[in-house]
Amino acid sequence: MSEGVATGPITELTRQSRSGSARALAGRHLTALAFLLPALLLFALFSWYPIVQGLILSFQRVDLVRPAEWIGLSNFRLIFNDPLFYQAWRNTGQFALYGLLFGYLVPFILAVAINEARHLQSYFRLAFYLPVVLPPIVSVFLWQWIYDPGSGLANTALGWVGIGPQPWLQSPDTAMLSLVILATWSNAGATMLIYLAALQGIPSSLYDAAEVDGASLWRRLLDITLPQMRFVMLITLILQIIGTMQVFTEPFVLTDGGPANATLTVMLLLYRYAFQYGNYGAASAIGLILFAALVVLSLIYLWLTRRFAQ
Amino acid sequence: MNLAAPSTRRFRLPRGGGDGQSPERTLTSPLSRHQPGGRVSYAILLAVLLFATLATVVPLLWMVLGGLKTSTEIFRSPPTFLPEQWRWNNFQDSWDSLRYSLYFRNTVALAVGSWLIQIVVAATAAYSLSRLQPLFGRVILIMFIGTLMVPADAYLIPRYLTVLEVPVFGISLADTWWAVWLPAAVSAFNIFLLKSFFDQIPQDLTDAAILDGANAWQVFIQIILPLSRPVIAVVSIFAFINSWKDFFWPLLVLTDPDLQPISVALYRLSESESLNLIIAALAIASLPPLIAFLIFQRQIIAGITFSGLKG
Repeated sequence: MSEGVATGPITELTRQSRSGSARALAGRHLTALAFLLPALLLFALFSWYPIVQGLILSFQRVDLVRPAEWIGLSNFRLIFNDPLFYQAWRNTGQFALYGLLFGYLVPFILAVAINEARHLQSYFRLAFYLPVVLPPIVSVFLWQWIYDPGSGLANTALGWVGIGPQPWLQSPDTAMLSLVILATWSNAGATMLIYLAALQGIPSSLYDAAEVDGASLWRRLLDITLPQMRFVMLITLILQIIGTMQVFTEPFVLTDGGPANATLTVMLLLYRYAFQYGNYGAASAIGLILFAALVVLSLIYLWLTRRFAQ
Repeated sequence: MNLAAPSTRRFRLPRGGGDGQSPERTLTSPLSRHQPGGRVSYAILLAVLLFATLATVVPLLWMVLGGLKTSTEIFRSPPTFLPEQWRWNNFQDSWDSLRYSLYFRNTVALAVGSWLIQIVVAATAAYSLSRLQPLFGRVILIMFIGTLMVPADAYLIPRYLTVLEVPVFGISLADTWWAVWLPAAVSAFNIFLLKSFFDQIPQDLTDAAILDGANAWQVFIQIILPLSRPVIAVVSIFAFINSWKDFFWPLLVLTDPDLQPISVALYRLSESESLNLIIAALAIASLPPLIAFLIFQRQIIAGITFSGLKG
């Protein structure tokens, strides 16, 4: 990642200090270290140490009352015997899948359409991005009220087009879908902006050439736009899966995992183990499993961005 | 022209207003848009897009209008769209009865502190890695970047326990703002962004200053930072907006109501306060990030595009 580390004239200086006294060299290293120190300290305390600690805690009994004690695989046995663990993964998978269905297609269609608009483009961009700026707690409470079966906007709007009222958050069948709609509403704008930037990078000569060859609008979309967007779309795909696997605030505030555990996600289960059952070791074990799942995705992502940068 | 093309590794702000005045063609050519059939489909496209924006605009309007309704009208079924009486007082009442000024101050304090520490930590580290050739610089950079692969939520519990008892120092940060400020500063992305910007500052500029006898600190303060204003602006705006949006972490580490930011306080108060005041409070809480976005749109779009492409 750091091919660009200063070369060129700095070697001039390096040679000077090499020919200079060892004291000057030591001083240079000390200065470099001094500038790095705040970051090293904070990363050590709040990132590197907890990451290693997470591994250790997973094999310990940690309840903050008694001193931590080594218990081998007991935490894993406990969570693997908890039917809610599997339920949470199924729900999270369902959320991710629904999320792809809506959250992946909607921003793409919006971006392609907005890119064609020669008028009001700023307004469109702004309007679709606005929900992204809202604090999540605001969008979550706002949608809780929108989903209210009686006094909410959702059923009223459905009524205008002749569809009967839906239970939204109050039925296990529709609760997860309701959360996905909310999540798409509040996140689609960010993905749309990424796509718009990528669309503007497509050379217009490609479209011209295709049109000369008689390619229809549909063919140009399939044969030029989509292939040109391939990498960006792969990356947003993985970023979105990573994001949806960690969904917490929406189910935590709106449904607390209900009804009938239909919206219990992995992060919510982790939260329950730690802050309701006081079992921090088992919660860490869930975190470790989540980490293992996400690291695979992150590796694919990293590999893609490196290929992409070349 | 390909300022967002995949191959560019550098960070740039988008040029111009970008309001569609560019002569560049897209899927459709300017010619086809001027033909009769093209005009009709273009008009349909605009109409559909305008209609689609209702999906984001109407809920926001609904929120503001809801904040103006009485506590009984807000529960009416079917709901009214425009309030029967416009209770502008709701915003004042909400501000007073929810102790909003306290939570507002807390949110600002958390945002300003997170921003300041984030900038200082990321800029000094990026400067060292970019210009000072620290020992093991490459390894350290990889260790920073490596943390991007571990989502913060996956090690939530050990991070929480670390805040309860900070190793080596043996103190607890729980129920202090440091519990939010310090972990917020751990952002490998900021370091990476700033470093890639610093790398592009011409070496001649800093060399000249060094020959004139400037030390590393002076080069950093007088040359690097002033030249990096655009990228520092982007990091700052994101630091502010992210801190304003933060909910889960402050909820865990700030249990003392007097220290909580708006998001956590609203969650706690939503149980007891009447809905119209809560909705009014939501509208108030949305204002600062919305205003920040409207002012800094250009920088935010640049940041999103860059982070989306580069992670």
